[in-house]
Amino acid sequence: MSESPASGREMPDDPTAWLIAVRDGRDRAAFARLFDFYAPRLRAMLARQNCTGAAADDVIQDAMLRVWQKAAQFDESRASASAWIYRIARNRHVDVIRKSARPMPEALKVEDPPAPDASEVVALQGEATRLRAALQDLSPEQRRMVEMAYMGELTHQEISDDTGLPLGTVKSRLRLAIARLRNNLKDLRAQ
Amino acid sequence: MSISHHIPARLMRAYAAGSLPASFATVVAAHVSVCDECRARLEAEEIAGGAVLENLNPVGGDEARLRAAVLARLDDALEAPEAPAPEGHGIYPGPVMAALKGRAPRWKPLGAGIRQTILASGDEGSLRLLYIPPGAAVPDHGHGGLELTMVLQGSFGDETGHYGVGDVEVADDSLEHTPIAGPEAPCIALAATDAPLRFRALVPRLLQPLFRI
Repeated sequence: MSESPASGREMPDDPTAWLIAVRDGRDRAAFARLFDFYAPRLRAMLARQNCTGAAADDVIQDAMLRVWQKAAQFDESRASASAWIYRIARNRHVDVIRKSARPMPEALKVEDPPAPDASEVVALQGEATRLRAALQDLSPEQRRMVEMAYMGELTHQEISDDTGLPLGTVKSRLRLAIARLRNNLKDLRAQ
Repeated sequence: MSISHHIPARLMRAYAAGSLPASFATVVAAHVSVCDECRARLEAEEIAGGAVLENLNPVGGDEARLRAAVLARLDDALEAPEAPAPEGHGIYPGPVMAALKGRAPRWKPLGAGIRQTILASGDEGSLRLLYIPPGAAVPDHGHGGLELTMVLQGSFGDETGHYGVGDVEVADDSLEHTPIAGPEAPCIALAATDAPLRFRALVPRLLQPLFRI
């Protein structure tokens, strides 16, 4: 994660750091790394909703161009790169299916948002990492159900029945992430 | 604003995953616009969704070609920024203003002083604004499916509780309820359904196809 003065700038092995480099430095090499990491995963997500081939190419291309366009809006005290790109790709895909813009919340209105507090960033990114680890620890069957919920594969009935409910440690990690985000939003509001 | 009735976790997760019908998604987006608690819950669901995305087994396509196409368009992309999300106006949060296409609601009388504006109606259910005079009751009705109602002005109460500005009532097919507007002001609410309402009284039932509620 550190820069080595001897070898110049080294690219850390962390998508959130790549996205920050895109945001702050319009770094094309970092963007290319984001593309290489996310394009095949977005393709996997889209395939689960029967969006493949040229249709998937279009959504991936549009989503990644929006990542580049909107990078200034990324706030690492409120999202990981994966969370932010997940949102952008879901929006693009829903817009394509419905041929109209997906209803989106108003942007948070904060005058002159301060640079994110370093300890808040570390804490939030830590929650994201632990949430990912908790997902990996699920049994294959549990993991499959949670994946279906987040990849948009549940029917309306399954949503009503709360199939795909995060279980065990995933549930408690989710609760901690909510508490962390609530706190970070409150700090933003207090500015 | 003191909000006490929020979006249930299963609906927030489905919204994050893009699997809610547009009518419900509008209510969720409107509520998140005014409720920081639910904004935090949505962002947490997106962090979980991002973690699931990261863990997926990559699926290969013609990534080299796609990557070249995307990289070639980066400069153009910056010159064509996306239209900004609609702002809220008065009692109407941004997503409701988007559904109103930026115009004031055009109210149609439903009888007994109750008025509605249909924002969307189709296979994915209906989305409308309801205007209920102070103290008036919405006819007793059940649901073929799910109904989400968010208060934008005033308040209402029914068998399940009291709902003020920003609150969302979640009614499923087991609930037969008679919402009554609070006495302080006309109640204006955003209501989304995924199936037509079933009125128990005969007359509203006959009017139903006419008013598309």
